[in-house]
Amino acid sequence: MEWETVIGLEIHAQLATNSKIFSGSSTAYGAEPNTQASLLDLAMPGTLPVLNKKAVEFGIKLGLALGAEIGKHSVFARKNYFYPDLPKGYQISQYEFPIVGKGQLDIELEDGTVKRIGITRAHLEEDAGKSVHEGFVNQSGIDLNRASTPLLEIVSEPDIRSAKEAVAYVKKMHSLVRYLGICDGNMQEGSFRCDVNVSVHKPGTPFGTRVEIKNLNSFRFIERAIHHEVARHIDLIEAGKGHLLVQETRLFDPDKGETRSMRSKEDVNDYRYFPDPDLLPILITDADIDAVRADLPELPDAKKARFMSEYGLSAYDAGLLVQSREEGEYFEAVAKGSGDAKLTANWMNGEVAARLNRAELAFEQLPISAEALVGLLKRIQDNTISGKMAKDVLEAMWQGEGDADSVIEAKGLKQITDNSAIEAIIDEIIAANPEQVAQYRSGKDKVFGFFVGQAMKASKGKANPATLNDILKQKLAG
Amino acid sequence: MSISIDEVKKVANLARLAVSEDKVSEYANSLSNILVLADQLEAVDTTGILPLANPHDALQRLREDVVTETNHRAEYQKIAPEVEDGLYLVPQVID
Repeated sequence: MEWETVIGLEIHAQLATNSKIFSGSSTAYGAEPNTQASLLDLAMPGTLPVLNKKAVEFGIKLGLALGAEIGKHSVFARKNYFYPDLPKGYQISQYEFPIVGKGQLDIELEDGTVKRIGITRAHLEEDAGKSVHEGFVNQSGIDLNRASTPLLEIVSEPDIRSAKEAVAYVKKMHSLVRYLGICDGNMQEGSFRCDVNVSVHKPGTPFGTRVEIKNLNSFRFIERAIHHEVARHIDLIEAGKGHLLVQETRLFDPDKGETRSMRSKEDVNDYRYFPDPDLLPILITDADIDAVRADLPELPDAKKARFMSEYGLSAYDAGLLVQSREEGEYFEAVAKGSGDAKLTANWMNGEVAARLNRAELAFEQLPISAEALVGLLKRIQDNTISGKMAKDVLEAMWQGEGDADSVIEAKGLKQITDNSAIEAIIDEIIAANPEQVAQYRSGKDKVFGFFVGQAMKASKGKANPATLNDILKQKLAG
Repeated sequence: MSISIDEVKKVANLARLAVSEDKVSEYANSLSNILVLADQLEAVDTTGILPLANPHDALQRLREDVVTETNHRAEYQKIAPEVEDGLYLVPQVID
């Protein structure tokens, strides 16, 4: 029997608040070390935490989007451990009464089927500071700017069965928190990071020994780390060394493509949670929840369904276009402006997406406005340019050479749709190539391509391909 | 319920407290006595009653999401044993 992989994920989403969860310090990224660390963030005696209202709202927002129970009576707890970037000696988190209870997230698999992943819970907590190890001898530097930054830790059920499903889940959650506007999703800056719990077993038997891989900050690393870890487990078990597999925390090394053990002391994970006496319970009323619900944007699944029914898009096209809120809005603007949703989807998911990929840009960094893309599509629709020429125009627009009309004008790219001009070109080519004409007329259809090539060359690529084909066929028929 | 000597040592280690060997059994005794008291309290039936966080039924007050703190790094770092380039220095820590 084949091995089955079992995966559960913990995602830490940094909430997009202006100030920290328990203090009035700024959360802006990239400030000079410790310039955004107040007395509270430094854990000075006598300071008391005061909860940020926005962080609570953001928690409720995610809960509603996951169809989850909202913890109406939510309690903060202390998670105790010692580390220099945690000056209090405990992290304020939630334990028994999290703000978000059981919910679910539907992910789409490669074959188009939908799989429902259970959400165990999501809780509010504060982030720790950062330790800097490079550049010091026998010492570490501590930057507490990140201390007390609000996080939502989103915990999934062990419902995921492959690295691909794990990536689909993380991508969906990433898209969701950005739709909701509760997290900027910047993985490089650590605003959205992921711990993966992996084990293997034979279906029908109990789950195997679980290993946690910490702090994966890219979709690719998640996939690679899981592949490596699964192979390591199977190798150990099949070599009769299953006893060497221990429940532990490991780190992924992207350069080597492997994981290594991170903590050896078994008692490190004894966090001795207890309710934080500095913070009272939060009471969330139905009115609070309704107010947040009224403020929810259209979410990806609903938008996708609407794109399919309203614009007649395929599930595949619609799925690509709803990946971010910005992209969905851009699509609608272009579809309405051009009046052709299918053409819009083809261009956005084709040429535009390919260019963004090559340039490694996110959709929000697209240098062409919706209005400008409408301008380009209009010239395809009215036959001024062919699809092939439009790609060149897009290139020029991308380089900042102006809108579609000025690029077409400047480059002299206007398509020749005038039949008489195309006829003249074809007449010349037929006259100049009697041998090929004879071949074609004797049944060698392949020679047709030769004529198309010659005519396109003579028109400098500007002949309308459909018109050219029609006239060429007529003329060659004799 | 009682606390064993090993449990005292474990908790002391987790709390980074140095407990001398000759005091361990004394602590185990004292802590066990506290648990006896807790056992008595546990005898009360509290089914369906939420833990009381505050006798006035007060709830957490919330702050608006506004930045109110400014940079006082220089003052705060005056009392730190060692700093460099704005970072607090501590004995080396490696995961």
